[in-house]
Amino acid sequence: MELFHNPNIDWLGKKWYFLGFSLIFSIAGILSLAFWHHIPLGVDFKGGTQIRVDFTQMPNEEHVRHAMDQAGVRDFTIQRVSDPSGHAANKVIIALPESTASDTAHDAGREAVENALSANYHDSGFTIEQVQIVGPTAGKQLQEQAIQATLYSLLGMLIYLWFRFELIYGVAAVAAVFHDTLITIGAFSLTNKEITLTVIAAILTLIGYSMNDTIVVFDRIRENLALSRREPLADLVNRSINQTLSRTVISSGLTFLTVLCLYLFGGEVLNGFSFALVVGILIGTYSSIAVAAPMLVAYQEWRSKRGKTAVLPAAKRART
Amino acid sequence: MSKNLTAKAAFIVGILLVFVFGFLGIPHGGLKQSILRHINLGLDLKGGVHLVLQVHVAEALTSATDHDVARLEADLQKAGITGTTVGKTDPQNPETIVVSGIPSTRLADARGVMEGTDYSSYDVATNATGNTTLTMKQSAIADLYTRTLNTSIDTIRERIDKLGVTEPQIQKYGLGENEILVELPGVKDPAEVEDVIQSTAKLSIHAVVGGPYGTDADALQANNGVIPPDSMLVHGVGSAGMPDQVWLLKRTSEVEGTDFRDAQPSTDQNGRPNIRFTLTTEAGDRFYKYTSTHSKSSSTPGSMAIVLDNKVREVAGIDSAIRDNGEITGGFTKQQASDLSLMLRTGALPASISYLETRVVGPSLGAASIRQGVIAAVAGMLAVMIFMLIYYKGAGINADLALILNLVILLGFMGFAGATLTLPGIAGVILTIGMGVDSNVLIFERIREELRNGKSTPVAVQQGFAHAWTTIFDTHVTTIVSAAILFLFGSGPVQGFAVTLVFGLLANLFTAVYVSRVIFDAVLERKERGASLSI
Repeated sequence: MELFHNPNIDWLGKKWYFLGFSLIFSIAGILSLAFWHHIPLGVDFKGGTQIRVDFTQMPNEEHVRHAMDQAGVRDFTIQRVSDPSGHAANKVIIALPESTASDTAHDAGREAVENALSANYHDSGFTIEQVQIVGPTAGKQLQEQAIQATLYSLLGMLIYLWFRFELIYGVAAVAAVFHDTLITIGAFSLTNKEITLTVIAAILTLIGYSMNDTIVVFDRIRENLALSRREPLADLVNRSINQTLSRTVISSGLTFLTVLCLYLFGGEVLNGFSFALVVGILIGTYSSIAVAAPMLVAYQEWRSKRGKTAVLPAAKRART
Repeated sequence: MSKNLTAKAAFIVGILLVFVFGFLGIPHGGLKQSILRHINLGLDLKGGVHLVLQVHVAEALTSATDHDVARLEADLQKAGITGTTVGKTDPQNPETIVVSGIPSTRLADARGVMEGTDYSSYDVATNATGNTTLTMKQSAIADLYTRTLNTSIDTIRERIDKLGVTEPQIQKYGLGENEILVELPGVKDPAEVEDVIQSTAKLSIHAVVGGPYGTDADALQANNGVIPPDSMLVHGVGSAGMPDQVWLLKRTSEVEGTDFRDAQPSTDQNGRPNIRFTLTTEAGDRFYKYTSTHSKSSSTPGSMAIVLDNKVREVAGIDSAIRDNGEITGGFTKQQASDLSLMLRTGALPASISYLETRVVGPSLGAASIRQGVIAAVAGMLAVMIFMLIYYKGAGINADLALILNLVILLGFMGFAGATLTLPGIAGVILTIGMGVDSNVLIFERIREELRNGKSTPVAVQQGFAHAWTTIFDTHVTTIVSAAILFLFGSGPVQGFAVTLVFGLLANLFTAVYVSRVIFDAVLERKERGASLSI
C-alpha cells in the first residue's frame, strides 16, 4: 500500500498562500495576546489559589457563590469542570487571584474557602481534590525559568544545526519552531485556555516534534544538493519535500492519531496539554514545509541578488 | 542464520532480559504492580502534598554579625582598647560592622584583634575618618547561607519524619541557595504539614518577680508605676487553668527552648496531658543552681513561670531543686502536648521561612489522570501499531517490535535510574513514540524508494538504512541536545519531561535502527535470492 506515488507538487510556488496563512494565524494570535485574552496564564505562573472541589451532589452554583460571599471570600471565580464523557459534572474549580496568595499570607485564601465549604456542605459532602497555591515570587520564577529554558534549548538546537548543516538551516528551523510556538500560544489565547506547567511540557514536545520534522526535510535537501549542484534551488527543495512527503504525512498522521486519542480519552486534567499537542502537531508539520524550506530559498535568492556566491548549497556532507 | 547475526540476536535478547528482569525482578503480583513497584510516580499522578518554601537566609547573617558585634566589643575591652563604639550602622548591609572611636595610638593593636583568627571571615579596612569596617567576605556569606539552608533541611526533615510520612522528599530546590522542596506522597492536608514545619516553639522558664495582677494597670500600680528594667509583664493564655492575668517576670530566662534535650507527651497525676522534658547537662546544672537557691526550704523561696510563645502557660512554686528532669502542665489538649514536645525535640529553625508554592493532589484525581493517560496512550499506540502492520505489511512487524522494545527499555531505564514519571513525563513518552515511529517510517520509505529505483532487495535495505541513519541521527541528537539544556535550566516538571525524552530517544536509536536492521537481515537471509520483501 502506498499513499503517494511520486508526488510532484510545486510547494514553493504556493509560498504566498503559505505566507498569508501563517500571517493570518500569527496576527490573530498576536491580536488576542495583545488586546483580548492576553496570555491566559494558569495559577502556576501568575500566582494565586486554585481549589478543585468534588461534591457528592452538585449544589447550585449560586449557592456555592453565596457561601463564599458570606464567608468573606472576595474576588473568586467559580468554574464548573466539564468532562466530555459527562461523568464529572459535580466538580468545580474555585480560583482566587494572586493578591490572596502573597508570600506571607500564603494560604489564607484556601482556609477561607475550606471553612466556607465545610460550614455549608458538611451534610451533602465534598472532597477537595486538588489545591494549588502559588505565591507571586514562585510564579514569576517559574515563568522566567520556563522561558529561559526554552530559549536556551532553541539556542542549543541552532548551534547544533549550524555545526551539522549551515547557519541558515539553523536559523530557518528555529524560526519555524518559533512560528509554531507563537501560533499555539495564540490558539490558547483565542480559546482562553489556561497555560499551565503541563501545557509548557506540551509546547516543548511540539518544539521537539516540529524540529524533527524540519530536519528530515533539510536532511533531504542537503543530500540532494550533494548529488546535483546545478539544479535551481527552488526545484531541488520542491523535489526534496515531495520525496519526504509520504514519510511526513504518515509520521505526522500517526503522531496526530496518538495525540488525538489523548485529547479524546485523556480526561480533563490532560485537556490543555493534549490540546496544545493537537494544534502543535498540525502546525509543526505545516511549518517544516511551508515556513522552514521557503526560508532557505528566500535566503539564497537574497544572496544571489546581492551578487554573492551561494554559500548555502555548498552544504557540508553528512559526516556520520 | 549466520554466526554474526546469531550473536546480534543474542545481544538483543540479552538486553531485553536485562531490562525486563533488571527492573521488574521476577514478575509477581501482575504486570501493573510489578511496574509500579519500580517506577516512581510523581505527585501529580500519585497524590500528595508538594511545598516549596523559602528560607530567609539573610536573617542568619544578621544574627551572626550581631553575635560578632558583641564578641568584638568584649575582645577590644579585653585588649584594653576603650572608648570605641562597635555596631552596625546600615540595616541594608547587615554584613558590615563599623568600629569607631579607636584612639589613633591603639589602632595597630585594634587591627591586630580584628585581623585575628576569630574574625577571619571578615575583610578589615580603615578609612580616612578613622573608622574601621569589618565586612564579611562573600565566600563566608555563601558558606553561612549554605549552612543555614542545610540546617533548615535537617530540622524540617526531622519534624516531617515524626509525622510518619512514608518516602518524604526534602531537598534543595531552584537555582538559588534559599529554597527547599518538600514532597509528601499520600498526605492530604497541607495545613497540618505547614504547621509542623513552621512552628518554632519559643519556650522559656522565667523567675516570677510579682503577680498575678488583674490588668497591666494593676501591675504598674503595684510596682509604683515603673516596671524594673530587668523585668517584663507577661499575660496568661486566658484559659481556665491560666486566666488572662498579668505576671511580672525576670527578663532573662533560666531555661530556653534550645536547652531541651528531649521532650515527650505524657499525663500528670490527674490524667491531664503534660510534657516531660530532659535538659542538656549544661542547662541542667544551671537550672539546679537556680532551683536549689529558690526552693521552698531555702531562704529565698520563689516560683517559676513557663512561657510559651509569649504567654504564661503555668506558674509553679519550686518544691525542691530540679536538675535536668521536669514536666510542664498547662491546660494542653493531647494534640497540643504532642505537637509541643515534637517542636521542643527538634529545636528551632535557624531562620524564618515562608511558603512559595503549595500543591495538593488528591489521590483520586492522581489515579484518574494516570488511568486516563494510560488508556489514551495505549489506544494511541495500538492504533499506530495496527496502521504500521497494514501499511508496511511484513516490515510493520519490525516497527511494532521496535516500538514495544523501546517502551520496555524506557521503563527499565527509568526504574534503574530512579527517575520519576510525571504528567509531563508522559508527554515525553508520547514524543518518544512519535519519533520511534518516525524513525521506522523514514527507513521504510527510503527502502521503498530504493526498490522503486530498481535496487535489489538487500541493497535497498542496506541503502535505506544508511540514508535514513543520517537523518535519524540528526533529529535525535538535536532533540537530545535541547532536552539536556531543558534539564539543566528547567524546573521539576520540565526536568521530568527532559529525562523521559532523553531515555526514550537513546532507547529508540537502539531499537529503531539496530534491532529493526537485525530483523531485516534475518528475514533476508531466509529468503531466496531475488524474492521480494514485504514492505
